[in-house]
Amino acid sequence: MLILANAATQEMKNINLAVVDFDNSKTSRELINAFGNSPFYTIIPVKQSVNSAMDKVHNSQADAILVIEDDFEEKIVKSEKVDLQLLVNAINGTAASLINGYTSSIVTGYSAKIGIQNVEQFKPAIATKVRHWYNPELNYKLYMVPGILVILVTVVGMFLTALNIVREKELGTIEQINVTPIKRYQFILGKLIPFWIIALFELAFGLLIARLVFNLTIAGSIPLLFGFASIYLLVALSGGLILSTTADNQQQVMFMSYFFMILFILMSGLFTSTESMPQWAQLFNKINPLYYFMDVNRMVILKGSNFADIKVQFVFISILALLTLTWAVLRYRKTSN
Amino acid sequence: MANSKNDIVIEVKDLVKRFGSFVADDHLTFNVYKGEIFGFLGANGAGKTTAIRMLCGLLQPTSGDVKVAGFDAYTQSNLIKANIGYMSQKFSLYNDLSVWENIRFFGGIYGLWGKELKYRADELINNLQMNDSRDVLISSLPLGWRQRLSFAVSMIHKPPIVFLDEPTGGVDPIARRQFWEMINEVAASGTTVFVTTHYMDEAEYCHRVAILVDGKMVALNTPANLKKEYSASSMNEVFISLARQGQRVE
Repeated sequence: MLILANAATQEMKNINLAVVDFDNSKTSRELINAFGNSPFYTIIPVKQSVNSAMDKVHNSQADAILVIEDDFEEKIVKSEKVDLQLLVNAINGTAASLINGYTSSIVTGYSAKIGIQNVEQFKPAIATKVRHWYNPELNYKLYMVPGILVILVTVVGMFLTALNIVREKELGTIEQINVTPIKRYQFILGKLIPFWIIALFELAFGLLIARLVFNLTIAGSIPLLFGFASIYLLVALSGGLILSTTADNQQQVMFMSYFFMILFILMSGLFTSTESMPQWAQLFNKINPLYYFMDVNRMVILKGSNFADIKVQFVFISILALLTLTWAVLRYRKTSN
Repeated sequence: MANSKNDIVIEVKDLVKRFGSFVADDHLTFNVYKGEIFGFLGANGAGKTTAIRMLCGLLQPTSGDVKVAGFDAYTQSNLIKANIGYMSQKFSLYNDLSVWENIRFFGGIYGLWGKELKYRADELINNLQMNDSRDVLISSLPLGWRQRLSFAVSMIHKPPIVFLDEPTGGVDPIARRQFWEMINEVAASGTTVFVTTHYMDEAEYCHRVAILVDGKMVALNTPANLKKEYSASSMNEVFISLARQGQRVE
C-alpha cells in the first residue's frame, strides 16, 4: 500500500520541459526561471532548435517543449500580443492535459507579475473559483489509499482461499476429509472463517498505516465500514473457493484468480470513474463486488457517509454474498464422477 | 468365522466404472463378511483404487449395486462415510500439524468431543506407543510411523469397516510386519478390514482374496484354496499365472 499509493499518483511532479529560447532576452529568461522555480518542472537545456528539442521528446528525456519566438521581449515592451508555443508529448493523455494546465497557470502568473495582460493565448474568459469538498487539498493519495486497501484485502483474502482447497487436492488430504461424514456447508465455512478473520485484520492494519503514514482519518463510522467489509469479504472469499473447487492445481487457480482480479479491479473504478464507462460496463459493475466496496470505502472514509447513504450498496452486496456462498457450497463435491 | 448371510457387511453386484471408453472396473461381484480381512490384489492400474473409492463413496459408480454397512452407495453415501474408516495410498494426514492435533482434528470431524475425544486420543497414542511424539509434527515422523498413525486415525470413531488402500507402499519390511499386526488386532476385535495390496506375501495374511486383472475379477477364494487350485507354492505364483492374462499397461 505504501508503494502503490505513491506510485499510482496522477499528480505531475517531474515535468521535464525543454525550452527553446530564440529570443534569449532578459524577459524570456525570467519566464524560464518561473518554470524552474516551480516544484513541478525540471528545465532541460537544449540547443536553439525545435528539432533538437523534438529529439529529447523522442527519447523521453523531455515531456514538453516551450518555444519562445525571437521577438518575445520586443513585443512585450511594445505591449503587443505575444504567442508562445507549447508542444506536449500526449502519449499519456491525462498527463498531457495536466502539463497544459500547469504551464498555462505559470505563464498567466508570470504575465500578471510583469503587469501585462496580452499573453492572450492563456487569458481566461471566465474566472472560476473552485472549492474542493472532502479532499480540499486535492491530495490524490487520499483518494487512492481507500481504493488500494480494497484491492489488498481482496487479493490476499481471495488468493489464500483459492489456493487452500487446491493445495489440499495436491497433497491428497482432501480425500481424507471427503471420506468423513462432514457436511458440505461445514467444510466450506471451515475454509472461509479463518481467512475472513485474517482479511478483516488486514483491513484494520491497513487503515492504521493509512492513518500513520498518509494521515488519513476516517470521516465515517468504523463499525459501518467493517460491517460492510465483512459482508463484502464473504463474496470475495466464496469467489476464491469457487475457483479452487474448479481448478486441479495451484497454477490453474492462480491464472483464474488473476484473470478475474484484473477484470474486476479495472472495472471497479480504482483508477477511472465508473460513471464515465459505457453502459454495458456500468451494467457489469452491478455484479462486481469490488465496485461496491470501492465505492463504499471511499464514501465512508472520505465523505463520512452513514448507513442510509450506502443502503443500496448494502443490499446488492448482501445478495451477492448469499449467491456466491450458496454457489461455493454447491460447487464443492464430496463424491466425484 | 460364521459366513452366514446375516453377516454380510459389503455387498457388491455387477459394479462397473467407466471413464469415457475406458472400463476401470468391469462387473465386479463379491460379498465381504463381518470381521474378515478381505484382500484386493492386482497389478498397478488393475482397478483396485477405483473400486475402493466407489465403496467409500468418493466416486460415483457407473452402474451396479453397492451396499456398505447396509447403506446404499448412491443415495446414502454420507451414512456410509460415518460407518467406515479409510486410509488412502497417498499419505493424507496434515503434515504441518502435530500427532495430537491431527487426532483431535479428525476426531472432531467424526463428532467426538470433550472427554470422549481426549480419552480416545490418549488410548490411540498409547496403543501406538507414541507418547513421546504427541507434539511432534507429522512431517518429521518416519514413514512407517506415519502409516500406522494414519491407520489409527482412520479408526478413531471405531467404524465397523475399514478400507486400506495400499497401506504399506514404500514401507520397510519390519514396519510392514508391525502394520499387519495392527490389522490382525483390529480384525480380531470384530472390525472388517478391506485391504488392497500388490505385495503377495501380504496376501497370505488375508482371510480371502480377490484378484483383479484389467478391471475384471479373475479369482476369489482363500489363499490356501487358490494355491491348491493353481498348484502353486505361494500367492506370488498364483498371481503371476493369473496376471499373465492381463493386457493393460499403466
